[in-house]
Amino acid sequence: MLASLALAPGAFANFLTPKSGGSPNADSIAELYKLVLYIAAFVFLVVELTLLYSVYKFRAKKGAVAAQIHGNTRLEIGWTVAAGLILVVLTVITFIKLPSIINPPNSDPKGLVLSASTTEPSPPNGRKLTICVTGRQYIWRYTYGAACQQNPFTTKLPYSYQQMVAPANTTVVLVIQSTDVIHSWWIPSMGGKVDAVPGYTTYTWFKAPYAGAIYHGQCAQLCGRNHAAMTALVKVVSPTDYQAWIQQQTAAINAANQQVIQLRRVLTATGNL
Amino acid sequence: MSTTDYAVRPVPQIIAHEVHKPRETKKWVDWVTTTDHKKIGIMYMVTTFVFFILGGVEALLMRVQLGVPNNTLISAEHYNQLLTIHGTTMIFLFVVPIMAGFGNYFVPLMIGARDMAFPRLNALSYWLLLFGGIVFYFTLFFRPPEAGWWSYPPLSEALYSPSAGQDAWIFLIHITGISSLVGAINFYATIVNMRAPGMSWGRLPLFVWSILIYAVLLIVALPVVAAAVTMLLTDRHFGTHFFDPTNHGSPVLWQHLFWFFGHPEVYIMILPGFGIISEVIPVFSRKPIFGYKAIAAATSVIAFLAVLVWAHHMFASPVPVVVLGFFMLSSFLIGVPTGVKIFNWIATLWRGSLVMTASLYYAVGFIAIFVIGGITGIFLAIFPVDWQLNDTYFVVAHFHYVLMGGAVFTIFAGIYYWFPKMTGRLLNERAGKVSFWIMFIGFNMTFFVQHALGLSGMPRRIYTYQPGLGWSTYNLISTIGSFILSAGILVTVINIAHSFKHGRIAGPDPWKANTLEWFTTSPPPVNNFDAIPRVRSVEPMRDIRRQVERSTGVTQKTGGSERFARV
Ligand code: HEM
Ligand SMILES: [Cu+2]
Ligand SMILES: [Cu+2]
Repeated sequence: MLASLALAPGAFANFLTPKSGGSPNADSIAELYKLVLYIAAFVFLVVELTLLYSVYKFRAKKGAVAAQIHGNTRLEIGWTVAAGLILVVLTVITFIKLPSIINPPNSDPKGLVLSASTTEPSPPNGRKLTICVTGRQYIWRYTYGAACQQNPFTTKLPYSYQQMVAPANTTVVLVIQSTDVIHSWWIPSMGGKVDAVPGYTTYTWFKAPYAGAIYHGQCAQLCGRNHAAMTALVKVVSPTDYQAWIQQQTAAINAANQQVIQLRRVLTATGNL
Repeated sequence: MSTTDYAVRPVPQIIAHEVHKPRETKKWVDWVTTTDHKKIGIMYMVTTFVFFILGGVEALLMRVQLGVPNNTLISAEHYNQLLTIHGTTMIFLFVVPIMAGFGNYFVPLMIGARDMAFPRLNALSYWLLLFGGIVFYFTLFFRPPEAGWWSYPPLSEALYSPSAGQDAWIFLIHITGISSLVGAINFYATIVNMRAPGMSWGRLPLFVWSILIYAVLLIVALPVVAAAVTMLLTDRHFGTHFFDPTNHGSPVLWQHLFWFFGHPEVYIMILPGFGIISEVIPVFSRKPIFGYKAIAAATSVIAFLAVLVWAHHMFASPVPVVVLGFFMLSSFLIGVPTGVKIFNWIATLWRGSLVMTASLYYAVGFIAIFVIGGITGIFLAIFPVDWQLNDTYFVVAHFHYVLMGGAVFTIFAGIYYWFPKMTGRLLNERAGKVSFWIMFIGFNMTFFVQHALGLSGMPRRIYTYQPGLGWSTYNLISTIGSFILSAGILVTVINIAHSFKHGRIAGPDPWKANTLEWFTTSPPPVNNFDAIPRVRSVEPMRDIRRQVERSTGVTQKTGGSERFARV
């Protein structure tokens, strides 16, 4: 139920506002966006209506004479200041909203129990879950656990591709990297996008409120021919389910590795490798 | 009745003599060897319009592909190629050079000069443009580039884009860049040195102001992109690693260099359009421009700020938050002079006596559309909001509002306004208005829904998408709209083709306009003016008309403008 809600495949989804609901930073951006939208709608109406009115009212008519005005300094200063003031207001609300967009909050008490670490952006109590997101042509790889930053391909951590599994009510910090060209990590309902630039490490975070939700996103930076196929899903589960899934995934990866080792042994023994 | 018929010539008209040497050469040789700014201007406009049509066809192909989900009409490879060629064409082969075309034709006429400062350099800049365009379009027969118009490395490096198409793109930037640079220096020299007696800076027509600033911005911005693409070229072929992260190079360096050029480039595209609007609106409002000084000052301030906002294209890149804050504020600042211009145009309409010509339709339509593009620009400047909107269809909508609905509508306003001067014949007004309405409706239908697409999470530059994401309806509307828009453009193309031979004879000053190009015949003779009047205000032509009316005591009947005024 919640999953289908989160995907909201209505014909006219999000006509006026960005997606949100999957994380407090996405919600904050949507709130900020709405405030800007009100101001913008006001400016839009004032300007367009004045324009329409003047085109309607001042058409050439018999006997009408155009007023020969060259300008008006008072008016000129007036609208410059007015435009400036609107922008000051926008600046203020942006900086008021900014902390809730960039600073991760603490996990909820019912979230996953985590230890603290100081090497990445952190919630106030320092407790978070780290997942490394690695972009490459044309798939996202997720490596679970704080050690993932060292080298996601050599550390023996559980990983998955395309679909990320994450615990609800828990502050999840994402460490974003790329191994080839520039990609951009973006799950609309869970916050803004962050470019994955080779040679750089970038970060973002989310804290998903609903277990059971699945959020869709896809790479937002042209990365080659299959850019359109570079999709991503985030499946939010309860913290206990998350731990169960991690164990299961680790076991599955180990089993698969064992199979490869065995196969290699057999092939080497029979001289086929 | 021809335009050289002296008997019907309005009184302020000074007789201008043709100074042709008797023609021995063939007509096409005349065109190829010409250094006449008017012929070069026309060649610019015709060439760039052809590129506009080509870019439009590419756009329609993309729109057809996106009309329904999971479409297999166009492959991912071809989509990326169309995307790259469309964007590059529209910017480097259409909007920027067509403004140079208008500038070429009208700057000397408006300032009362007989040609550009360096006529042969002028021919060079045209031929370089054509050559650059041909080099680029030749890739259609091989492998066109596919890394998008901003060609971010590492994708555009040899490892990921091995085809020579990418190199052709680099050469296009180089060749059209040199073309624009040479042209810009020419404009600058012309405007600074060759103005009519009495035409001080405070009496320079606003279109000429905008071309002056256009030239300055080109001179500032182009060398930077030239350096960047040269670095990309050496990265690709000669073993350097400027942008290669595996060898301590930085992809972000490219982004800084490219956008240091790229943002001024958008003002290079729109400022001359602002200039056209600042000419058209006062003429058809029968009123002086409101706030001449404010508009000229705003143009200069925009140019200054334009080089301080580049990183608003990089809000999702690895850039520290303080830097993002700075670029948000500088982008806000640039909204102020832009707003000032819009207010001044509306104030010019206010209490005027509006002659509703097709040109004014386009000018007013431009303001209506540009306001939306400007407002969405503010959304994008707020960097936390841009984190949601960056690289989505919201951005595609935004820049088509300022480029297609903005720059292209100003170009159409300019075409309807100046066609009579260039050809001696009027365009059909009714067809012009029909074209306007179809374009206006088609344009908004195509691009307004794209804001919603971006908000619903559709990234730009994807060649297809899945059903069930809430994107299909919007995309279908957009695709249908793009065909309506094209039909509207087609009406004007037919209008131009037809009126060129069959349009009503315009006479020298069909609109009772304000500036000096209307002082000479339509089309003007090779030397433009026999005698150059002394300029006493921003509206020299109006002064002349008034002076004649005062001395003769009769209201001047000028080549048919009464027909439009209906007073
Ligand atoms: C005839 C009307 C037009 C239509 C229907 C149209 C349509 C499109 C489409 C479908 C895209 C691809 C969007 C994507 O996949 O991300 C696009 C991209 C673009 N268009 Fe247009 N366009 C039109 C006119 C223009 C004009 C007049 C300009 C510029 C002056 C322009 C500049 C661009 C640019 C710069 C891009 C981005 C290319 C890139 O992402 O590298 N377009 N347009
Ligand atoms: Cu991608
Ligand atoms: Cu910009």
